[in-house]
Amino acid sequence: MTEELIRAVTQADTPARMVSAVQNLAAAKDPAAIPTLIAVFGYNNPAAAAIAVAALTELGEQAVPQLLAQIDDYNYGARAYSIRTLAAIADPRAIDVLITAATTDFAPSVRRAAARGLGNLHTANLSFSQSQTALSALLFISQDSDWSIRYAAVVGLQALANVAEIQQPIRARLKEMLANDAEKAVRARVLLAQSQ
Amino acid sequence: MIEPSTEEYSAENGPNLTPELAIANLQSSDLSLRYYAAWWLGKFRVSQPEAVDGLIAALEDEADRTELGGYPLRRNAARALGKLGNVKAVPSLIKCLSCPDFYVREAAAQSLEMLRDKTAVLPLIQLLAGGVSQAVQVPGRPHLTQPYEAVIEALGAIGATEAVSLIQPFLGHPVPRVQCAAARAMYQLTQDATYGELLVKMLDNSDLKLRRVALGDLGAIGYVAAAEAIAHAKAENSFKLIALKGLLEYQLTSELDALSLSDHAIRVMKLMDSLL
Repeated sequence: MTEELIRAVTQADTPARMVSAVQNLAAAKDPAAIPTLIAVFGYNNPAAAAIAVAALTELGEQAVPQLLAQIDDYNYGARAYSIRTLAAIADPRAIDVLITAATTDFAPSVRRAAARGLGNLHTANLSFSQSQTALSALLFISQDSDWSIRYAAVVGLQALANVAEIQQPIRARLKEMLANDAEKAVRARVLLAQSQ
Repeated sequence: MIEPSTEEYSAENGPNLTPELAIANLQSSDLSLRYYAAWWLGKFRVSQPEAVDGLIAALEDEADRTELGGYPLRRNAARALGKLGNVKAVPSLIKCLSCPDFYVREAAAQSLEMLRDKTAVLPLIQLLAGGVSQAVQVPGRPHLTQPYEAVIEALGAIGATEAVSLIQPFLGHPVPRVQCAAARAMYQLTQDATYGELLVKMLDNSDLKLRRVALGDLGAIGYVAAAEAIAHAKAENSFKLIALKGLLEYQLTSELDALSLSDHAIRVMKLMDSLL
């Protein structure tokens, strides 16, 4: 059954057929579909990719090992979808990949998704040293020259402040950004973070 | 209509410059060094008086010519002067609006848009002479007779309400990008939501490049009613984030210390968060 649905995805010859084939495969909610759903990220079909992101997110933790193993180093569009999915599943096993993506990827879309994801990891399953590492990465990119990366860093820092032990440095950094950031939009996002 | 070569350099692959060297290079005997220096001064926003004066002088350059009679150095100098924010450049940029090179006129109009100086209004209006019926493609060239898009955007940004009746007919121009520019300027000059909605409708256009243009226009005019339409547009998140940032900035009028976030501002930021 799932095999047929997978075949339909690999054989789809128009963007519209691709979307409906991915929809059908997603509806099966079968872990056997995971590699095919990840492969959809590389097909340059945003509608199909969005469905695959949602389906993999719903499959959750069982999709994480393959998501980590199948990250496309040569296609930043596909990579952004992988990072977004890992960020949404929020499994702490993704932490190293998210840190690398947030701090070293050349594509801003990938870095923003990773920054948001670093704050979102299920903090209950996060060790102290892991939350420390996530914090340092976010503090580092909160000084990036690209405003959108700093904005994403604020969103990540706000979420990471759920970890009580590291609230203090997060508050201090947000205060600093509110005073000094060159972009009004970033300062406004800091205000929102502080008010929540 | 945008000249394809606008960002042909990256800071890494050109010669290492300092502001002093770049200013000196504007008069180098090597024309390519002059051209690069003019771009570099704008890119790194070197706004010291010597840079502004050097670039203003470069607007009169006769040495650097293309086969078609274009003035590459003048184009780069005109573009750079917009970025430096010194209104001293305005009279010389206005003169450039009658340069025979289309791309010099376009660059001058774009820079006058950035400098927002009222004295540019009448000279810009003159480029709309003849209205839509004169705004036709130049045979064999990838552009219209005048840089209408840039001229109309400049008039909108400068707040030239006297130009409303001249701009309005361009909403019906056959080139969609000119329609976008007209809608953008009309919104800025009248604050009438009808024109904002014209740009929102452009977000459904089948041409991705046009959807990006409309995103940029909506961000530039801060039309907050478009927030959800922007977030759901079929375009890259980077373009949507820049547009939403424009909307957000229009909601943040007060100084930061006193800044309290309006519901609109919070709504826009939630949409931005969802696009990370």
